[in-house]
Amino acid sequence: MNVLDILGTLWGNSGFAGLMVDWRSLVMILVGCVLLYLGIVKKFEPLLLVGIAFGTILTNLPGANLYHPELWDAIIAHEKSWGAVFTEGGFLDILYIGVKGGIYPSLIFLGVGAMTDFGPLLSNPKSLLLGSAAQLGVYCAFILAILLGFTGEQAASIGIIGGADGPTAIFLTSKLAPELLGAIAIAAYSYMALIPLIQPPLMRALTTKKERETKMEQLRTVSKTEKIVFPVVVSIFVILLLPDTAPLIGCLMLGNLFRECGVTDRLSDTAQNALMNIVTIFLGISVGATTVGSRFLTLDTIKIVLLGLLAFCFSTVGGLLLGKLMYKITKGKINPLIGSAGVSAVPMAARVAQVEGQKANPSNFLLMHAMGPNVAGVIGSAVAAGFLLALFG
Amino acid sequence: MFVLATNVTILESLGYSVLGIAIVFAALVLLMGIIKLQSIILNKKTEKPAAPAAAPAAPAAPAAAPQLAPGSAGEVKLYDVPDKVAAQLMAIVADTVKKPLNELRFISIKEVK
Repeated sequence: MNVLDILGTLWGNSGFAGLMVDWRSLVMILVGCVLLYLGIVKKFEPLLLVGIAFGTILTNLPGANLYHPELWDAIIAHEKSWGAVFTEGGFLDILYIGVKGGIYPSLIFLGVGAMTDFGPLLSNPKSLLLGSAAQLGVYCAFILAILLGFTGEQAASIGIIGGADGPTAIFLTSKLAPELLGAIAIAAYSYMALIPLIQPPLMRALTTKKERETKMEQLRTVSKTEKIVFPVVVSIFVILLLPDTAPLIGCLMLGNLFRECGVTDRLSDTAQNALMNIVTIFLGISVGATTVGSRFLTLDTIKIVLLGLLAFCFSTVGGLLLGKLMYKITKGKINPLIGSAGVSAVPMAARVAQVEGQKANPSNFLLMHAMGPNVAGVIGSAVAAGFLLALFG
Repeated sequence: MFVLATNVTILESLGYSVLGIAIVFAALVLLMGIIKLQSIILNKKTEKPAAPAAAPAAPAAPAAAPQLAPGSAGEVKLYDVPDKVAAQLMAIVADTVKKPLNELRFISIKEVK
């Protein structure tokens, strides 16, 4: 074999030759770089987006063999067993088991639960109504997705973007439409980062200045016992009602119990920090791995991005409209702006309500009032996901 | 029935959506009721043992009063100061002058540039 043959073989085996064969890999590497830019420079949900973007780059490097979508197709079709992941899969295939099994989203919920103070919700349980109204976008996007020709399973996964809850969207999509996971996760996290841009115009359009100026009464103090009993009661009630929500609600409430019970500070700290960070790395990179060019660069991805935006808008509108109704019923005691925080996206949506409230009235402090619907939205989106999973799972 | 290139028709999707939002509302309304019931039961339980103890020890009441700081002493205008920083500044002032926050009146907080 002469030198030219050796060089030719090396070139043929290299990823560069692969890039020449399939242009979509190159485009996806560029998409990964754009996502990195958005995460690092624009700070769009950087903790997750940087991992997703890097996973996108890695999975689209020809020859790297880190992730094999066809292997997962065979496993879903029961043509191969899960054991094949270890014998035939790559590094990212193995990490992806945690997504497919619903492990990472549930563990993220454990951390979210440990970080969340349900006090504002307990002191004002009416917040739960706003959290449920803000799931409107889930169902509007579901109908629109059906209209655009998606299957029921795919439409349900697209709709859940409207819940504005990344882990829930990933959990449901990995169960119902894993082929859309990359597009849905990217859309969900991008729009969550864009909430300060998406929500304010809708908030101003749907509320009057007088409504936005409304000051709300101080919340009552919630006892320690109430906070400890709450996660136990919610777990039992919601899981009995919708058993499919068990991994999400169970982990969310366990994390919260760690936080509130006062005897598991170390576990609460681990769930909030170390565990959360580790799982975020695994989740980000393995979700990014699903964005293989041949499957991601389709018209469906564009449709998902548009439907995701509409889902967010409809959810915000749903929360605001119920907020307005509650404003009327309570004779001006509830500021309708807190309704927009019913989309989960904790605490970003509550912060937006606070900022808009303060713009209308600088002495208005809505943050704690908006945290009620905000955390109610987390429960609401998990319930909505449980319903869709029961329907199509 | 108008059937699309999908396994769900539009009418079915409308039905599922109405049912879905109704279930989310029903679940959260029930949860609201449970939370209210829970707070009534738990607050009653905590009130009951406190009542007999409070009766003979009437002079202790004034001591308990400063524990909570209900209400506020007005409104504060913030100029280029984030809420968090304003709250920290007010807490520092209250701690320095050894007065509860609700007895102090902050008119405005402005960043000196």
